[in-house]
Amino acid sequence: MAAALRDVYGESLVKYGVPDEKVVVLDADLATSTKSVLFGNACPERFFDVGIAEADMVSMAAGFAASGFTPFINTFATFVASICAVSAKSLIAYSGLNVKLMGGNNGLTGGYDGSTHHGIDDINVMRGIPNMLVMSPSTPVMMDWMVKTLVQDHKGPAYVSVSRQGAGEVYEEGTSFTIGQAKTVREGTDATIIAYGLCVPRALQAAEKLAQEGINVRLVDMFTIKPIDRAAVISAAKETGAIITAEEHSVIGGVGTAVAEVLTEEGIAVPFKRVGIQDTFTQSGSYAQLVEIYGVGADGIAQAVRETVARK
Amino acid sequence: MNEEIRKLYRTAYGLRKDAVDMVYHARTGHAAPCLSEADILTALYFHVMNLDPANPHWADRDRFVLSKGHASPLYYAVLARRGYFPPEDLMEYRGLNTKLQGHPDMKKCPGVDFTTGSLGNGLAGALGMALIGKKDKKDYRVFAVCGDGELDEGIIWEAATYAGNEHLGRLIVFVDNNGLQSGGAVEKIQDLGDIAARFEACKWHAQTIDGHDMEAILDAVAEAEKVTDKPSVIVAKTIKGKGVSFMEGQYLWHMKAPNDEQYAIACEELERKVKEYE
Repeated sequence: MAAALRDVYGESLVKYGVPDEKVVVLDADLATSTKSVLFGNACPERFFDVGIAEADMVSMAAGFAASGFTPFINTFATFVASICAVSAKSLIAYSGLNVKLMGGNNGLTGGYDGSTHHGIDDINVMRGIPNMLVMSPSTPVMMDWMVKTLVQDHKGPAYVSVSRQGAGEVYEEGTSFTIGQAKTVREGTDATIIAYGLCVPRALQAAEKLAQEGINVRLVDMFTIKPIDRAAVISAAKETGAIITAEEHSVIGGVGTAVAEVLTEEGIAVPFKRVGIQDTFTQSGSYAQLVEIYGVGADGIAQAVRETVARK
Repeated sequence: MNEEIRKLYRTAYGLRKDAVDMVYHARTGHAAPCLSEADILTALYFHVMNLDPANPHWADRDRFVLSKGHASPLYYAVLARRGYFPPEDLMEYRGLNTKLQGHPDMKKCPGVDFTTGSLGNGLAGALGMALIGKKDKKDYRVFAVCGDGELDEGIIWEAATYAGNEHLGRLIVFVDNNGLQSGGAVEKIQDLGDIAARFEACKWHAQTIDGHDMEAILDAVAEAEKVTDKPSVIVAKTIKGKGVSFMEGQYLWHMKAPNDEQYAIACEELERKVKEYE
């Protein structure tokens, strides 16, 4: 069983956040789900459970930041992108406050809770807010790095879309990443998959399967969705001649849209396909079932690559 | 105890058993929050409300909103046993392509008047329905059940203030005051103070009752009916997990499915209660 990113998140928040006196953590009665509870147990004096009151939590965090602290707010991704969005936009991003908005249970990982609890539009909403850094980690190693970076280095508004699940590791322990620089997970010449989150390990499985069929695929981990790594998109298109984006998010407003914006502005026309939730509301089910139904698993990604390469 | 009250208790324990069955079979879901609201929903659907299950969209029906939408299994059981769909369908709960989604979906499930899931929003939805009833001079009533934890949400008080100012006498809201939310005791996470007094400050008529006393529930609704110029809140003191010994008063059962052994105990206890009221 692959380590769940939410568990890594909770542990990393303790590891890097507890020693830093300026870090405060807030949750809205979902601490056992988001795993902010680990910080709460380790450091109760800097942990605030506001109850089921997401809007209050985020505006309160803005007040903490205005007082020189680094708040990490925690709730489900769908609620960050909706109930919290007013404060995220008008208070935090507008004033450039150092608040880290952590959206848990992203994508389909809310599983059985159904559509009201799935986070398939968070990237779209947060990407549209000026000043907002938007990231989503793909594996435990990257999750740990991201928390460390947000605590120790990055200053300013950030949104992180965090999975409740895990789909395996693709990086060596201690791999270094840079905000805004995509990571090439696998080299290839026939097409490039640009993905983030759990679609990265799943795309790697797809790429390995495709290699056996003679299709040699590059895999780029676009963990910083905004600002997007334009150079990585351009070189992928020029060097491999086909692009497939993959995300556990609506195809509207996510990395698929961001990549399309770059390609269009650069005047690069290559076969292109967006793997993601096809502008539909989702339903209850087990996570594994939902990943398959909505075509964001390894098989769905592989099929999209085959179709796109065939158009070259 | 008269036969009608006895029958309602019997029904309520049968519905609790249905809800536990559903969560057990789905291996996921919110069992304990269902058990605290069971007597309230039973009283409403099996005694109080004007409904026509054969015609779920009947324009003059009383409306119901389960604002604490996670407690859907018992709601689905109520709808099935009231004739909106076959009880055999209950085991579809949380499965693929089901009308019985994790949270109630008015487009998918017959009898569901309003989709919920994002806590706090159900009350404002009920407010909208009640306002239309008032505008159109309709006699239908709008009932809602809120959790006490979701009273943390600001939108609850935005809706409550508006409803009070609109004198919505046909809006009757229960607070399932079981004292526990996902992360622990309501009082500890966010002490709400005197819930009835808060609604009274918003110009509501307020009553506080034992939410597991069927006669008290019916009396409170009758009392609320008499007040035509104010919305009514009935703060129902309840026990989370009521009827299943190991779930009672345990917040960790907020969202958890019983294992085989626990399920057997729960069935035994609930079936015994059903028999007790025969």
